[in-house]
Amino acid sequence: MKRLSLAFATLLLWGAAACAAAEEAAPAVTARDAPNDAGGAVNVAWEPAAAEKEAAFTGYEVQRRASGEKEFVKVDRTAPGELAFRDEEAEDGVEYEYRVQALAAGEKAVVLGTASAKASGQWFNTARTNALIGVIFVTAVIVFFIYRAKGGAELFVRKIAGLEAVDEAIGRATEMGKPILYVTGLGDASDIATIAAMTILAKVARKTAEYETPLIVPCYDPIVMIVEKEMVKQAYTEAGKPDAFDEDSVFFVTQSQFGYVAAVDGIMLREKPATNFYMGAFYAESLILAETGAETGAIQIAGTDRVTQLPFFITACDYTLMGEELYAATAYLGRDPLFLGSLKGQDWAKGVIMAFLILGTILLIFSTDLGLRFAKLFETAG
Amino acid sequence: MHVSTDIWIWIAAALTLCIYSFLYKDNPFYKFAEHLLVGVSAGYFFVIYFWNLIVPNLLTPVKNGFVTLFTGGGLTGDLAALVPGILGLIILTRLIPKIAWMSRWAIGFYFGAFQGIAITGYMQAFILAQIYGTFVTAANPVFSLTLFGNFFGDPGWARFVLATSGPLMIVGVICTLTYFFFSTEHKGVVGGVARVGIVFLMIGFGASFGYTVMARVSLLIGRLTFLLRDWLGIIS
Repeated sequence: MKRLSLAFATLLLWGAAACAAAEEAAPAVTARDAPNDAGGAVNVAWEPAAAEKEAAFTGYEVQRRASGEKEFVKVDRTAPGELAFRDEEAEDGVEYEYRVQALAAGEKAVVLGTASAKASGQWFNTARTNALIGVIFVTAVIVFFIYRAKGGAELFVRKIAGLEAVDEAIGRATEMGKPILYVTGLGDASDIATIAAMTILAKVARKTAEYETPLIVPCYDPIVMIVEKEMVKQAYTEAGKPDAFDEDSVFFVTQSQFGYVAAVDGIMLREKPATNFYMGAFYAESLILAETGAETGAIQIAGTDRVTQLPFFITACDYTLMGEELYAATAYLGRDPLFLGSLKGQDWAKGVIMAFLILGTILLIFSTDLGLRFAKLFETAG
Repeated sequence: MHVSTDIWIWIAAALTLCIYSFLYKDNPFYKFAEHLLVGVSAGYFFVIYFWNLIVPNLLTPVKNGFVTLFTGGGLTGDLAALVPGILGLIILTRLIPKIAWMSRWAIGFYFGAFQGIAITGYMQAFILAQIYGTFVTAANPVFSLTLFGNFFGDPGWARFVLATSGPLMIVGVICTLTYFFFSTEHKGVVGGVARVGIVFLMIGFGASFGYTVMARVSLLIGRLTFLLRDWLGIIS
């Protein structure tokens, strides 16, 4: 027992000595390749100088020299208390030596130390691991439900009032012998709302083809116009009326926000469409469009995921699809297994998010520290 | 009153009034201003895109790439700009009906690439950051028994708001998410929770409406200031 205690004490002493040695050996200046970047950056950090609390202390100077160079060149000057510098002008693969000097008025600069590092890019951004896990999880759930839907499983989707009104709105225009105006907003092809709007357009175009109701689609983005033209043409072909498709019904206006609004307002007043659809990404023009449409007496159905524009559509339109209802519209209208499966998958992902929220709240109630650690799992960076 | 003598101020003022005439009804003045705006803006953006996108991202790198290649510098990354350049030209095949189908390649690439890039951004900004923000605000937990303890220890409005805003937000997020759950009929408990979610949404929309209207009023003030100060010189 005595031996064991002796051995333990020796181990403790050795550990303490090792720690002390490590403390002594801790470099005053460190330089490391900046993590999780595309390269070209080095992070330099240093310990505060002993003279930092003195009145004459003015700050630090960071100098750099590449391997093979003799002289150090100043790359940055920091204020007292600022103990780090990110060199974003480093060349990948080149070894740089960094020297940090403490500066004091009227005194010679004191070298705190030097450190070397090479910049390099990383293929994997570890700070985004949670995003990767999230994407894999959601994708897996969606794929699972798509296969279930394709396998013939009955997938229930609740009633969405705005979409129930689509048929009624198209029927009204047909009865009145007036056109339907379909506006897909100011988004481009990278905008999820625009893509959702385009898929709804295909469903609407199919109906207008069946009823032979004129369709007007003024476009803000030329690429979106090309795709919409293709989709409308396809819808007319699928409806068995390819000849009824008018090439000029889908047209480009301008990429000026208010120029586009002025033109669409003009169309509303002159063509007097019986039904206006506003689906996609909208900005300041939402109320101008919806108000003008309401003035003309058209039935209006809007859908957007822009939170700041939704109140305007809710006040000025007959039906409004809010946020995800717009994304759900394609599945709802088409009942296509692909879209239905993806909608179900998203629902499950939402269920998991709700479970995380409840779990996190419970953890926060019992232990703030544990709750914060849990929340950290969702923290995003760079 | 010092009416402006600058011809451009007069043109801008006249066009502003033409656009405002729409408030009465559609008329030839509005039509004129509308067509002018659409035409000028379409031409203006074409020139902007040519000089800001096509020249620096396509023409200049391709030119530099070929100069390097023909002066013995070998192949450089600059010539990679030819790939999007060719894809862009393929879109123009729509103008030739016989080969118009080729434009689908470029459009497919464009959509696929954009969606691929967007997925991680959406996951980070619209899912992970939102979950994190529901728990933590400015590095502090939104929900904490200590905050309730502070309130009961020394009751006050500020402490009450601090203690209850976090739990209220968590309840709001869960109820609102329930509203956007499409797999279940909104009946019974789910229906009740979804209705609470709608209340939260409408309160949020109301606040957003008021905030945005204020911003729009400031735009109107800007235009009126232009008319009354810069043009007519009625106000200083």
